[in-house]
Amino acid sequence: MNTFFHSVRLDREKCKGCINCIKRCPTEAIRVRDGKAMIIPERCIDCGECIRVCTHHAKKATYDHLDVLRQYEYTIALPAPALYAQFNHLEDVEIVLNALLEIGFDAVFEVAKAAEIVSDATRRYMAQPGIPKPIISSACPAVTRLIRVRFPNLIDQILPLNAPVEVAARIAREEAVQKTGLPPEKIGTVFISPCPAKVTAAKMPLGSSHSEVSAVVAISDVYPRLLKAMHTDGEVSPLAAPQAGKIGVSWASSSGEASALLNDNYLAADGIENVIRVLEDLEDEKFEHLDFIELNACNAGCIGGVLTVENPYIARTKLKRLRKYLPVSLNHASCPEQKHLKWDAPLEYAPVMKLDEDFAAAMEKMSEMERIEASLPGLDCGSCGAPTCRALAEDVVRGSASPDACIYKFRESISSLIDNLQKLNNCIPSTLRGSSSVEETHSKKGGELK
Amino acid sequence: MSILKLHYEIDGEDFTRAGEASASVKKRLRQLGVKPDATRKVSIALYEGEINMVIHAHGGDIDVEISPEAVRMVLADRGPGIENIDQAMKEGWSTAPDEVRSLGFGAGMGLPNMKKNSDEMQIETVLGKGTTVTMAVYL
Repeated sequence: MNTFFHSVRLDREKCKGCINCIKRCPTEAIRVRDGKAMIIPERCIDCGECIRVCTHHAKKATYDHLDVLRQYEYTIALPAPALYAQFNHLEDVEIVLNALLEIGFDAVFEVAKAAEIVSDATRRYMAQPGIPKPIISSACPAVTRLIRVRFPNLIDQILPLNAPVEVAARIAREEAVQKTGLPPEKIGTVFISPCPAKVTAAKMPLGSSHSEVSAVVAISDVYPRLLKAMHTDGEVSPLAAPQAGKIGVSWASSSGEASALLNDNYLAADGIENVIRVLEDLEDEKFEHLDFIELNACNAGCIGGVLTVENPYIARTKLKRLRKYLPVSLNHASCPEQKHLKWDAPLEYAPVMKLDEDFAAAMEKMSEMERIEASLPGLDCGSCGAPTCRALAEDVVRGSASPDACIYKFRESISSLIDNLQKLNNCIPSTLRGSSSVEETHSKKGGELK
Repeated sequence: MSILKLHYEIDGEDFTRAGEASASVKKRLRQLGVKPDATRKVSIALYEGEINMVIHAHGGDIDVEISPEAVRMVLADRGPGIENIDQAMKEGWSTAPDEVRSLGFGAGMGLPNMKKNSDEMQIETVLGKGTTVTMAVYL
């Protein structure tokens, strides 16, 4: 197994060892051990659900902060289109772009622009004969990771194109090198992200051997500073002009990417549980006549990411308002180099759910697992630290837990222990009975003599 | 060599629950490290079988045996039986009632899909008594 970087982490100090996160993790990647949650790294897909449900704020996303700008001679902001949906009464994307320059970036490259380029490339990819359909979007890194560990049969259907942020970073860096004459490593491409999965994707990309995204900051972190820098009164002469239209901006919410394909044969699902249901059905070939599947781990799409500020459904309304007067696309004829777009490291199945490398041993473990599960109460209460009784049974055969972790089993053990003690007590030979106290023995004997 | 046996009772009245057996078997095959392609075949064949049992036979019993060589599935119902197996095996042939078709099922692909996704398949049927479909997918 390779090493894992995860954006989603645990703050041990704050963790109370409750079971909220283990119950909500879609890949059963969290356990509570010794009173603290722990994440099983090979299973975590960085979807951020645990961050959402942790009432103690012990689950955190790690990301870069704006001081990262000091590490580079020239910095380019890569704002996710979801950023635009965070502000009240925003009438023009230009205001946000210029605010980004004001807080310290040297240039802005809209991820929405790259999204339009990716939409265009997707249309062309899908027009090729012999492509396995439906094609599944690769834009949400949590979904791509989920498919990689759970849906091996669908890997060939994943769109083998880089996500818009990656394409944006590549083009932006190349352009900046030409413009500034600086070496590429002195140029910082900084994604302003709605989610932790994108942080992971930048550090440990899938489908691509390396990422050109230098740093990832959270929308929620940048938001207050941007608010102060946003000028709507036109006092400042705008330096950055919008680079994308409706198509690019729409990628921020669910079905935005799919509708950009100008083909109605698509399905768009959002929210990790719904995504899993769609993938299960897709794997079982329950859908026919679909060309494209867009899946977003977060409810409502990227605007529902855990690093955003606004309620996702309000954000969607704001986005609709904002894009109303935008042109359809500003990048429909652009044809960037294929090296910016195409995956260069094909995705491989990571069978992290496998019980054992050896089939016979896996069979043994599964039989044992079925036996243990049958002996558990089936309440799925989570008190043992595993999300379900079956997960506890799995942990036991994997050697990471004991069936005694079940508090119901423990209670049974205690009560049978008490029964046994009582039985034992009754079995004490009469010669020994009461011999613990000599005085008592004497008095009793004395009593009997009388 | 050990064999893993699984048993499922299929509720004939509940469409929404059809697919539970195939999902459960699929999850186990994934944990056993069975090749993805074989897992998919079992899952599709079993799901089609489950749907058939719900549509035509008011449910029944499914027994699954997993061994290192194959996944063997026995789907037994006490439904009306199949009048003409050759016809039932033809793509597009269906005796499903209209209300079932209106749900998008009953396209006449059930048995053909089961055949396509299994390496062995036998059907034993007695009119008025029931049908037993036995399938195997080699591992």
